[in-house]
Amino acid sequence: MANRPLSPHLQIWRWGPAMFVSILHRITGNGLALVGLFVLLWWLGALASGPEYYATFQGLMNSPLGYVVLVGLSWAFFTHLMSGLRHFVLDIGAGYELDRNRLWSILSPVLAILLTAAFWAAIKLL
Amino acid sequence: MGNGTSIGRVRGLGSAHSGAHHWLLQRFTAVGNLLLSMWLVVSLILLPDLGYETVSQWIAKPLPATAMALLIVSTFWHARLGLQVVIEDYVHDAGNKFAAIVALNLVAFAGAAFGLFCVARLALGAN
Repeated sequence: MANRPLSPHLQIWRWGPAMFVSILHRITGNGLALVGLFVLLWWLGALASGPEYYATFQGLMNSPLGYVVLVGLSWAFFTHLMSGLRHFVLDIGAGYELDRNRLWSILSPVLAILLTAAFWAAIKLL
Repeated sequence: MGNGTSIGRVRGLGSAHSGAHHWLLQRFTAVGNLLLSMWLVVSLILLPDLGYETVSQWIAKPLPATAMALLIVSTFWHARLGLQVVIEDYVHDAGNKFAAIVALNLVAFAGAAFGLFCVARLALGAN
């Protein structure tokens, strides 16, 4: 790499909600791609391997660490979903007014936490 | 190779070497992910339990098996596109970038193939 001056990175900007939700979108996307798809394949592989191995998989996922992984993945899923929907709106050229952009940058991750809680309540109650 | 039109002479020469195709595919697969993941979330909630009998009988049916197969294709495709952008953003050495994208392609195709094989095995009743 040529030793040229680089454009300013994270440390120079004042933090704001739009910056936060953009970084969150990338982090949760990476988490879903690397951990989420792995757990999806593990689940399908356990099913395809038969009842004994599926019981092992269920035992691991019902452990405290299993719950940390599954609740974390569901949070990452709803967070990426909400910020992804925000990107769809931005893609059509809407939602760039400063106050509206700020509002949805805050609401997206908050709605994702509520959806995560609602999802687990529905799983446990229904 | 583009001796004729002005667009033909410059196509592929920008720093990214290609235009909106990757960006559009990311959106198309995102819409697929949206529909298919909503199906999976609702299905997980509505299934009476998540034990072996219930889940294996459910996923063997034609519609759930098809939806799961589509979900695997759409999510692995979307993940491959997204991780490619992350690699391009953070891996600056050309050789390392090439190697990382080769590895990403291998893992993405292998993962999707494994998932599709598991669904086929469950749906076609090898158990």
